[in-house]
Amino acid sequence: MDADRPASMAGRSPLRETLVAWSFALPFLLLFVVFMAGPIAAALVTSFTDLRVTDIRNPFSVNFVALENYLDVLGDERFQKAAANTTVFVVVGVPLTMALGLAAAVGLNQGVVRFRTIFRVGFYLPVVTSIVAIAVVWRLLLGAEVGLVNGILAGFGVDGPGWLSDERYALWSIIAMAAWRNLGFLMVIFLAGLQTIPGDLYEAAEVDGANRWQRFRGITLPLMRPTLLFGAVITGIGYVQFLEEVYVMTEGGPLNSTLSLALYAYDQFSFGNYGYTAAIAFILFVAIALLTIVQFRLFRTET
Amino acid sequence: MSSVAATREKSSAPPAGTSARGGGGWWIYVLLVIGLILLVGPFIWMVLGSIKTTGELRQVPPTWLPENPTLANYGELLDRLSFARFFFNSAVVATLVTAGNVVFCSMLGYALAKLSFPGKRVLFALVLGTLMVPSIVTFMPLFVLVANLGLVNTHAGLVLPFLVGAFGVFLMRQFIGGIPDELLDAARVDGAGEHYIFWRIVMPLCGPAIATLTILTFLGSWNSFLWPLVVATSEQMYTLPVAIALFATGQQETNIALLMAGSVVVIVPVLIVFILLQRFFTQGIAMTGIK
Repeated sequence: MDADRPASMAGRSPLRETLVAWSFALPFLLLFVVFMAGPIAAALVTSFTDLRVTDIRNPFSVNFVALENYLDVLGDERFQKAAANTTVFVVVGVPLTMALGLAAAVGLNQGVVRFRTIFRVGFYLPVVTSIVAIAVVWRLLLGAEVGLVNGILAGFGVDGPGWLSDERYALWSIIAMAAWRNLGFLMVIFLAGLQTIPGDLYEAAEVDGANRWQRFRGITLPLMRPTLLFGAVITGIGYVQFLEEVYVMTEGGPLNSTLSLALYAYDQFSFGNYGYTAAIAFILFVAIALLTIVQFRLFRTET
Repeated sequence: MSSVAATREKSSAPPAGTSARGGGGWWIYVLLVIGLILLVGPFIWMVLGSIKTTGELRQVPPTWLPENPTLANYGELLDRLSFARFFFNSAVVATLVTAGNVVFCSMLGYALAKLSFPGKRVLFALVLGTLMVPSIVTFMPLFVLVANLGLVNTHAGLVLPFLVGAFGVFLMRQFIGGIPDELLDAARVDGAGEHYIFWRIVMPLCGPAIATLTILTFLGSWNSFLWPLVVATSEQMYTLPVAIALFATGQQETNIALLMAGSVVVIVPVLIVFILLQRFFTQGIAMTGIK
């Protein structure tokens, strides 16, 4: 990134330019420090204390407990269950959503000239919809007794399970819903990436006798690598901290089978265990950083 | 990085290689239409459900088309559940949050793109770094802060924490970076101050980026759920998603038809905004996503 340009306030002193620049930055920075940077620092400090909701107005009763919160949390069975669920959600959900998003993008880019807008708006609709509204519909779609999905299955003589009420299926149902909801976002990013690939590359490959799949493997995938990386990172960051989906669909149940790390942190927040909340939140942060590093390795261009 | 201008041109050009190969076969259409049905079907079912009676919604097997279409659910939303008030809260919060992001993020974006000052790189890295911080990290400290400021159950408590964001800075800095320096220098030679240049020259040129930021921020705020759920403690302050979520778990749980109607009310405004501005929407995401 080439952010540095030659000083462009022609003929004025660097000091003056600095003052002007900071005057532009000031409103943002004030809000940023108070509502973003400050809280991050406060959360880090809190994660090493036994702060509870009852201590908010009386900070002197708070004790430093070193790593105790982290150790407690890591040893908690619910945490381990939540970590396992979150891992499954990310490891299955991210590739699934990426594959569907890429398929939709390639399909739209290749064959569809007419009705492009309808497809684009339709595929994007779930992305812009409130999770609460989505939950209302999906809980009805997936209901065990009166759900539409089981209604359709019954038409084929299949007795559908309780997609959200059976612990064997609940997490997979949530993953399916997340993929359904987010594939449109990746489709838009991937479409933009596809449009930067010169068309004559495909023509040359076609002349050489490469079939559709070979062209996809040989041209599309390698040239899309930076876009795929971007999509993977954005989706990964979102999926590691999935919370609202399960909060509104299952509240982590049944039997903690859909409990996510972020929901576990939120639970501790509602119980007033702020030290635990902060510790779990920072464990999540580390998880996101690690995942991002892994993704950069996976997609690194061979040189 | 001057990819912004280039991207804009590209997205208005016909997609590379499309016309050259003259369509990809009927089966691509078939697959896409199946996908479209799967993605849009639930919404159609929701709209149809909102004009059914609860009794019909509980029928086994489920019906597709309403047997006795009725608008009673919508009337009940307005009468009993002060939905107008929730709608107003959602609109106020989303509008203020959006205005804050557009103004403050653009200002910092301009400083980062067009002015040189010590600490610039560190500042930019710091702001971008917060994109990776999960929102649950700041959730609890923000709540403590808002509680101690006495802002629980106020519009200020819903708005203030989200007036600025890293994403807006990134987007505006990228876009403003693509505006030619000569244009700004010409104004400077004429004696224009930096604030004049920013408001009168730079901002009017940022239409597409501002449109993108506006849509994304407005949507994010309109749909935000967990923060208003915690901060809005009385019905007077509920936003639409909070109201629906609470009715979905409260005593209205059995009234599915009412929930369906409420969900339609949440979705329709974003749907209208989205359809009207979808060109900016997709362009904007492309703008941030390409390089």
